[in-house]
Amino acid sequence: MASTANENLAARLQTVKHVVLVLSGKGGVGKSSVSVQLALALYNAGHRVGVLDIDLCGPSIPRLLGVSGQQVRQASAGWVPVFVDEEQRLCCMSIAFLLGHQDDAVVWRGPKKNAMIRQFLDDVCWGDLDYLIIDTPPGTSDEHISVVEYLKSVQPDGAVVVTTPQQVALADVRKELNFCRKVQLPVLGVVENMSGYVCPHCAGCTNVFSSGGGEAMAREFEVPFLGQIPIDPALTRTLDPVTDTASTTQSTLAERFATSQLAPLFDTIVSKLSS
Amino acid sequence: MVDTNVPEHCPGVESEQAGKSNACAGCPNQAACATAPKGPDPDIAVITDRLRNVRRKILVLSGKGGVGKSTFTANLGFALAHTGSETEPQEAVMTAAEEETVRQVGVVDIDICGPSLPKIMGLENEQIHQSMSGWSPVYVQDNLAVMSIGFMLPDKDAAVIWRGPKKNGIIKQFLRDVEWSDLDYLLVDTPPGTSDEHLSIAQYLKPGGIDGAILVTTPPEVALQDVRKEISFCRKVNIPILGIVENMSGFVCPNCKHESSIFPATTGGARQMAETMKVPFLGSIPLDPRIGKSCDSGQCFMEEFPDSPATLAFQGIVDQIVEQLP
Repeated sequence: MASTANENLAARLQTVKHVVLVLSGKGGVGKSSVSVQLALALYNAGHRVGVLDIDLCGPSIPRLLGVSGQQVRQASAGWVPVFVDEEQRLCCMSIAFLLGHQDDAVVWRGPKKNAMIRQFLDDVCWGDLDYLIIDTPPGTSDEHISVVEYLKSVQPDGAVVVTTPQQVALADVRKELNFCRKVQLPVLGVVENMSGYVCPHCAGCTNVFSSGGGEAMAREFEVPFLGQIPIDPALTRTLDPVTDTASTTQSTLAERFATSQLAPLFDTIVSKLSS
Repeated sequence: MVDTNVPEHCPGVESEQAGKSNACAGCPNQAACATAPKGPDPDIAVITDRLRNVRRKILVLSGKGGVGKSTFTANLGFALAHTGSETEPQEAVMTAAEEETVRQVGVVDIDICGPSLPKIMGLENEQIHQSMSGWSPVYVQDNLAVMSIGFMLPDKDAAVIWRGPKKNGIIKQFLRDVEWSDLDYLLVDTPPGTSDEHLSIAQYLKPGGIDGAILVTTPPEVALQDVRKEISFCRKVNIPILGIVENMSGFVCPNCKHESSIFPATTGGARQMAETMKVPFLGSIPLDPRIGKSCDSGQCFMEEFPDSPATLAFQGIVDQIVEQLP
């Protein structure tokens, strides 16, 4: 029975060229925002991109992609993901689309979370995708063990590991790198997020959460280092706009991102990933 | 530490389905689970008894990761342990009355996959000791004890790759098997989310009573939306909410001393959310880069930088907590 189930999943993801997981041992380091920015950079480079959010207790992807409040539709082929753009080249799936009210807590133990992830992989009809980016919760527990196990048959490309520069975060991210080794998930590289903050008043750069730790860790673990991303409060405003409707509707999210000062950094990361 | 002996869809040993569900087929523990007595977990009574001399139990929660739960917990622990002994005894021997004012504080870290407290509290290479009456926690000072899985790992980078049931097991041991002795405050630092760890700690501590939860957040809506879920969780399992703390709110540039918001409050911030959700708001703590450095070096931030605006804000919050739960 298990093998037919795996065939289902493999058939479902057959139309997806690359599967990339975004991981971190630490919470709040920017996994979801890195996932979204990777997706937008790939999208702006002309690819078809899907984002799957398996953070079931704290889904952030819908808000960051500006599609919160949407519903998932059921079609004969399966669940239709929520499209972000008119062209339908950027789509996402998250448990947030399935909740009755957006403040509802998903109070689930492991087995239920695993079943939900399985269903996302089995039942969502992604269609033709160049990249499927999977955003994860922090840690090395149920969600992570399960998603890696389920994806075994489709051989994901690997994981992008996100960290911030402080020691406290790095300590947890080192665990995540060991997790990748243990489950034999290739590490595509480490992104050091929140590395430095440019004061809008004096343009002086402060290392709010120190700096350079991610690169040193990548060297130590002999995995590629993809780059440092500074803190940019404008990003919060791009991805988490004050009003969902009025002022922001003139430009699409992808257009807004393209003009952000972080966009070139992600273009570099994307080119490193695809080489 | 790979958890290989629990099947993927293990219903959990406390479940009515234990040993009987489809997932149990083939599990080496199936027979043990199927025949084990059902109903309330007998260990809960043991935990309640073990913690009967703990006056106050406080959970530090947040739906969102990386907002500063562990930093807050550690500093709350330091502050509670410190303020009680503020009147330094003049003589070497304390009088009985003075001794009474010293608060006994325990901190338990139930973030099993990402334990941060050992590092933040400067206890990185410590180990726990086993005695006749159970595990001895690690002491930062005489009246501040800490328990974390970080003290039990073969090496500090080892990943704890455990599914729910195993995490629940160790949390239970932290409460049942640790010699907590008489405590004025037991602080529980949690991982982000509303899953196994949270359900278990609520289940284990509820019969003995939980005094309340402190919810930590940062100002952006992306964090607030997860914290609202945590509020729903607290209401669902009947844990009183002591209040919301907004961390990393505002940043004073060390060069030009102007304030700017690194993490902008896109929807009015935590204060407004607290108002809408009808929970108390305890205060905002500004972002001070020295806080992160103190955490990395395991120092108490408030002691090192007593005049930082963050310390003053933090002290205000601690005072409110002590006032609510003397």
